[in-house]
Amino acid sequence: MSDRSLLSPTGVDIVFALLAAVAITSAVAVVTTKQVVHAALWLVVSLGAVAGCYLVMTAEFVAWMQVLIYLGAVVVLLLFGMMLTRAPIGPSDDLTGANRLAALFAAVAVTAVLAVLVVDAFASTMIDVSGEVSTANVMGEALFRYWVLPFEALSVLLLSALVGAIALSKTDEEA
Amino acid sequence: MHLCLPLLLSVGLFGIGTYGLLVRRNAILVLMSVELMLNGVNVSLVAFDVYWAEALRAGQSLAIFVITIAAAEIGLGLAILLLLYRMRGTIAIDEATDLREGSP
Repeated sequence: MSDRSLLSPTGVDIVFALLAAVAITSAVAVVTTKQVVHAALWLVVSLGAVAGCYLVMTAEFVAWMQVLIYLGAVVVLLLFGMMLTRAPIGPSDDLTGANRLAALFAAVAVTAVLAVLVVDAFASTMIDVSGEVSTANVMGEALFRYWVLPFEALSVLLLSALVGAIALSKTDEEA
Repeated sequence: MHLCLPLLLSVGLFGIGTYGLLVRRNAILVLMSVELMLNGVNVSLVAFDVYWAEALRAGQSLAIFVITIAAAEIGLGLAILLLLYRMRGTIAIDEATDLREGSP
Protein backbone atom coordinates (compact mmCIF):
# COMPACT_ATOMS: atom_id res chain seq x y z
CA MET A 1 0.00 0.00 0.00
CA SER A 2 2.65 2.48 1.06
CA ASP A 3 4.79 2.31 -2.08
CA ARG A 4 2.25 3.99 -4.33
CA SER A 5 3.38 7.40 -5.54
CA LEU A 6 1.17 10.45 -5.87
CA LEU A 7 1.20 10.00 -9.64
CA SER A 8 -0.74 6.71 -9.65
CA PRO A 9 -4.24 7.73 -8.58
CA THR A 10 -7.09 5.39 -7.73
CA GLY A 11 -10.76 6.12 -8.44
CA VAL A 12 -11.28 7.55 -4.96
CA ASP A 13 -8.29 9.84 -5.48
CA ILE A 14 -9.77 11.15 -8.73
CA VAL A 15 -13.19 11.84 -7.20
CA PHE A 16 -11.55 13.58 -4.25
CA ALA A 17 -9.28 15.62 -6.51
CA LEU A 18 -12.24 16.80 -8.60
CA LEU A 19 -14.18 17.87 -5.49
CA ALA A 20 -11.05 19.56 -4.13
CA ALA A 21 -10.57 21.41 -7.42
CA VAL A 22 -14.16 22.73 -7.19
CA ALA A 23 -13.56 23.78 -3.57
CA ILE A 24 -10.28 25.57 -4.35
CA THR A 25 -11.60 27.31 -7.49
CA SER A 26 -14.69 28.64 -5.76
CA ALA A 27 -12.62 29.67 -2.73
CA VAL A 28 -10.46 31.76 -5.07
CA ALA A 29 -13.67 33.27 -6.44
CA VAL A 30 -14.75 34.12 -2.86
CA VAL A 31 -11.65 36.20 -2.23
CA THR A 32 -11.41 37.82 -5.69
CA THR A 33 -14.97 38.57 -6.81
CA LYS A 34 -16.04 42.20 -7.04
CA GLN A 35 -19.60 41.57 -5.87
CA VAL A 36 -20.27 41.01 -2.18
CA VAL A 37 -23.31 38.78 -2.67
CA HIS A 38 -21.48 36.63 -5.21
CA ALA A 39 -18.77 36.01 -2.60
CA ALA A 40 -21.37 34.49 -0.26
CA LEU A 41 -22.77 32.31 -3.06
CA TRP A 42 -19.28 31.10 -4.07
CA LEU A 43 -18.72 30.32 -0.40
CA VAL A 44 -21.74 27.98 -0.61
CA VAL A 45 -20.15 26.15 -3.55
CA SER A 46 -16.78 25.89 -1.81
CA LEU A 47 -18.15 24.64 1.52
CA GLY A 48 -20.48 22.22 -0.28
CA ALA A 49 -17.54 20.73 -2.18
CA VAL A 50 -15.65 20.39 1.11
CA ALA A 51 -18.68 18.51 2.50
CA GLY A 52 -18.40 16.18 -0.49
CA CYS A 53 -14.73 15.65 0.36
CA TYR A 54 -15.75 14.67 3.90
CA LEU A 55 -18.17 12.12 2.44
CA VAL A 56 -15.38 10.63 0.30
CA MET A 57 -13.24 10.38 3.46
CA THR A 58 -16.05 8.41 5.21
CA ALA A 59 -16.74 11.28 7.63
CA GLU A 60 -20.47 11.22 7.02
CA PHE A 61 -21.65 12.98 10.19
CA VAL A 62 -19.15 15.84 9.81
CA ALA A 63 -20.30 16.25 6.20
CA TRP A 64 -23.94 16.66 7.22
CA MET A 65 -22.96 19.00 10.05
CA GLN A 66 -21.05 21.05 7.47
CA VAL A 67 -24.12 21.23 5.22
CA LEU A 68 -26.50 22.06 8.08
CA ILE A 69 -24.39 24.60 9.97
CA TYR A 70 -22.23 26.23 7.28
CA LEU A 71 -24.50 26.13 4.25
CA GLY A 72 -27.72 26.43 6.25
CA ALA A 73 -26.88 28.83 9.04
CA VAL A 74 -23.58 30.65 8.55
CA VAL A 75 -24.10 31.72 4.93
CA VAL A 76 -27.64 32.90 5.69
CA LEU A 77 -26.27 34.88 8.66
CA LEU A 78 -23.63 36.43 6.38
CA LEU A 79 -26.28 37.38 3.82
CA PHE A 80 -28.37 38.95 6.60
CA GLY A 81 -25.29 40.87 7.72
CA MET A 82 -24.82 42.16 4.17
CA MET A 83 -28.43 43.29 3.99
CA LEU A 84 -28.26 45.06 7.35
CA THR A 85 -25.01 46.87 6.53
CA ARG A 86 -26.40 47.89 3.11
CA ALA A 87 -23.71 46.11 1.12
CA PRO A 88 -23.49 47.39 -2.46
CA ILE A 89 -25.50 45.35 -4.98
CA GLY A 90 -23.53 44.97 -8.17
CA PRO A 91 -19.80 45.25 -8.79
CA SER A 92 -17.76 47.61 -6.62
CA ASP A 93 -14.04 48.28 -6.92
CA ASP A 94 -13.29 49.22 -3.31
CA LEU A 95 -13.65 45.72 -1.83
CA THR A 96 -9.91 45.10 -2.06
CA GLY A 97 -7.37 47.13 -0.13
CA ALA A 98 -4.19 48.75 -1.40
CA ASN A 99 -1.80 46.09 -0.02
CA ARG A 100 -2.70 43.49 -2.60
CA LEU A 101 0.84 42.46 -3.54
CA ALA A 102 1.98 42.13 0.06
CA ALA A 103 -1.09 40.01 0.85
CA LEU A 104 -0.47 37.84 -2.21
CA PHE A 105 3.15 37.37 -1.19
CA ALA A 106 2.20 36.40 2.38
CA ALA A 107 -0.48 33.96 1.22
CA VAL A 108 1.77 32.34 -1.39
CA ALA A 109 4.56 32.02 1.19
CA VAL A 110 2.23 30.37 3.75
CA THR A 111 0.82 28.01 1.12
CA ALA A 112 4.21 27.09 -0.30
CA VAL A 113 5.79 26.35 3.09
CA LEU A 114 2.84 24.22 4.25
CA ALA A 115 2.52 22.41 0.91
CA VAL A 116 6.22 21.51 0.79
CA LEU A 117 5.95 20.32 4.39
CA VAL A 118 2.97 18.01 3.88
CA VAL A 119 4.19 16.65 0.54
CA ASP A 120 7.61 15.95 2.02
CA ALA A 121 6.16 14.28 5.12
CA PHE A 122 3.23 12.32 3.69
CA ALA A 123 4.03 11.79 -0.01
CA SER A 124 3.59 8.02 0.13
CA THR A 125 1.17 7.69 3.06
CA MET A 126 -2.18 6.12 2.28
CA ILE A 127 -5.42 6.35 4.23
CA ASP A 128 -7.98 3.57 4.26
CA VAL A 129 -11.40 4.78 3.18
CA SER A 130 -12.92 1.31 3.11
CA GLY A 131 -13.23 1.14 6.89
CA GLU A 132 -16.15 2.00 9.15
CA VAL A 133 -18.20 5.00 8.01
CA SER A 134 -18.51 7.63 10.75
CA THR A 135 -22.28 7.84 10.81
CA ALA A 136 -24.26 9.78 13.42
CA ASN A 137 -24.39 6.56 15.41
CA VAL A 138 -20.59 6.16 15.58
CA MET A 139 -19.92 9.86 16.16
CA GLY A 140 -22.62 10.12 18.83
CA GLU A 141 -21.06 7.24 20.71
CA ALA A 142 -17.60 8.85 20.51
CA LEU A 143 -18.88 12.30 21.48
CA PHE A 144 -20.94 11.17 24.46
CA ARG A 145 -18.51 8.53 25.68
CA TYR A 146 -15.16 10.33 25.42
CA TRP A 147 -15.93 13.99 24.73
CA VAL A 148 -18.78 14.78 27.13
CA LEU A 149 -17.01 17.52 29.08
CA PRO A 150 -15.79 19.50 26.02
CA PHE A 151 -19.24 19.03 24.50
CA GLU A 152 -20.95 20.56 27.54
CA ALA A 153 -18.38 23.35 27.75
CA LEU A 154 -19.17 24.07 24.11
CA SER A 155 -22.88 24.39 24.88
CA VAL A 156 -22.04 26.97 27.58
CA LEU A 157 -19.86 28.79 25.02
CA LEU A 158 -22.73 28.84 22.51
CA LEU A 159 -25.09 30.19 25.17
CA SER A 160 -22.67 32.95 26.12
CA ALA A 161 -22.15 33.82 22.45
CA LEU A 162 -25.94 34.08 22.08
CA VAL A 163 -26.27 36.32 25.13
CA GLY A 164 -23.32 38.40 23.96
CA ALA A 165 -24.80 38.88 20.50
CA ILE A 166 -28.12 39.99 22.02
CA ALA A 167 -26.38 42.36 24.43
CA LEU A 168 -24.32 43.88 21.60
CA SER A 169 -27.22 44.40 19.24
CA LYS A 170 -29.51 45.96 21.86
CA THR A 171 -29.96 49.66 21.16
CA ASP A 172 -29.62 52.25 23.91
CA GLU A 173 -33.15 53.57 23.45
CA GLU A 174 -34.68 50.27 24.51
CA ALA A 175 -32.41 49.81 27.52
CA MET B 1 -6.47 7.02 -1.05
CA HIS B 2 -3.48 9.33 -0.61
CA LEU B 3 -3.25 11.32 2.60
CA CYS B 4 -1.56 14.07 0.59
CA LEU B 5 -4.69 15.07 -1.32
CA PRO B 6 -6.84 16.19 1.66
CA LEU B 7 -3.79 17.83 3.22
CA LEU B 8 -3.10 19.78 0.02
CA LEU B 9 -6.77 20.83 -0.10
CA SER B 10 -6.43 21.95 3.50
CA VAL B 11 -3.28 23.95 2.74
CA GLY B 12 -4.92 25.53 -0.31
CA LEU B 13 -8.03 26.62 1.56
CA PHE B 14 -5.89 28.00 4.39
CA GLY B 15 -3.70 29.98 1.99
CA ILE B 16 -6.65 31.40 0.05
CA GLY B 17 -8.27 32.36 3.35
CA THR B 18 -5.04 34.11 4.39
CA TYR B 19 -5.05 36.12 1.17
CA GLY B 20 -8.69 37.15 1.60
CA LEU B 21 -8.15 38.01 5.25
CA LEU B 22 -5.27 40.34 4.39
CA VAL B 23 -6.67 41.94 1.25
CA ARG B 24 -10.39 42.47 1.80
CA ARG B 25 -11.71 45.79 3.13
CA ASN B 26 -15.34 44.81 3.76
CA ALA B 27 -15.48 43.21 7.21
CA ILE B 28 -18.08 40.62 6.16
CA LEU B 29 -15.74 39.41 3.42
CA VAL B 30 -12.99 39.16 6.06
CA LEU B 31 -15.30 36.92 8.12
CA MET B 32 -15.83 34.74 5.03
CA SER B 33 -12.07 34.38 4.63
CA VAL B 34 -11.82 33.28 8.26
CA GLU B 35 -14.45 30.64 7.49
CA LEU B 36 -12.31 29.39 4.60
CA MET B 37 -9.28 29.09 6.90
CA LEU B 38 -11.30 27.20 9.54
CA ASN B 39 -12.51 24.85 6.81
CA GLY B 40 -8.94 24.17 5.77
CA VAL B 41 -8.10 23.21 9.34
CA ASN B 42 -11.20 20.98 9.51
CA VAL B 43 -10.20 19.10 6.35
CA SER B 44 -6.83 18.21 7.83
CA LEU B 45 -8.42 17.21 11.17
CA VAL B 46 -10.80 14.82 9.41
CA ALA B 47 -8.03 13.48 7.15
CA PHE B 48 -5.76 12.64 10.09
CA ASP B 49 -8.70 11.12 11.96
CA VAL B 50 -9.41 8.75 9.08
CA TYR B 51 -5.67 8.02 8.83
CA TRP B 52 -5.39 6.96 12.47
CA ALA B 53 -8.91 5.48 12.70
CA GLU B 54 -8.97 5.12 16.50
CA ALA B 55 -11.99 4.67 18.74
CA LEU B 56 -11.86 8.18 20.22
CA ARG B 57 -12.63 9.77 16.83
CA ALA B 58 -10.62 12.73 18.09
CA GLY B 59 -10.19 14.48 14.75
CA GLN B 60 -13.81 14.34 13.72
CA SER B 61 -15.00 15.37 17.20
CA LEU B 62 -12.63 18.35 17.08
CA ALA B 63 -13.88 19.18 13.57
CA ILE B 64 -17.44 19.31 14.92
CA PHE B 65 -16.25 21.53 17.79
CA VAL B 66 -14.52 23.84 15.31
CA ILE B 67 -17.70 24.07 13.21
CA THR B 68 -19.69 24.99 16.34
CA ILE B 69 -17.16 27.59 17.45
CA ALA B 70 -17.15 29.05 13.93
CA ALA B 71 -20.93 29.45 14.13
CA ALA B 72 -20.61 31.23 17.49
CA GLU B 73 -17.84 33.41 16.06
CA ILE B 74 -19.96 34.42 13.08
CA GLY B 75 -22.89 35.32 15.35
CA LEU B 76 -20.77 37.48 17.64
CA GLY B 77 -18.75 38.93 14.76
CA LEU B 78 -21.85 40.04 12.91
CA ALA B 79 -23.26 41.61 16.09
CA ILE B 80 -20.03 43.61 16.49
CA LEU B 81 -20.10 44.59 12.81
CA LEU B 82 -23.70 45.79 13.04
CA LEU B 83 -22.74 47.90 16.08
CA LEU B 84 -19.78 49.31 14.11
CA TYR B 85 -22.06 50.06 11.16
CA ARG B 86 -24.59 51.80 13.39
CA MET B 87 -21.89 53.99 14.96
CA ARG B 88 -19.77 54.73 11.87
CA GLY B 89 -21.98 54.11 8.85
CA THR B 90 -19.31 51.89 7.29
CA ILE B 91 -17.74 48.48 7.89
CA ALA B 92 -14.54 49.11 5.93
CA ILE B 93 -11.93 47.77 8.31
CA ASP B 94 -9.23 50.27 7.34
CA GLU B 95 -11.45 53.11 8.54
CA ALA B 96 -11.77 51.76 12.08
CA THR B 97 -8.51 53.34 13.21
CA ASP B 98 -9.34 54.60 16.72
CA LEU B 99 -6.82 52.33 18.41
CA ARG B 100 -4.09 53.06 15.89
CA GLU B 101 -0.89 54.67 17.11
CA GLY B 102 -0.85 58.41 16.46
CA SER B 103 -4.48 58.64 15.36
CA PRO B 104 -6.21 61.96 16.14
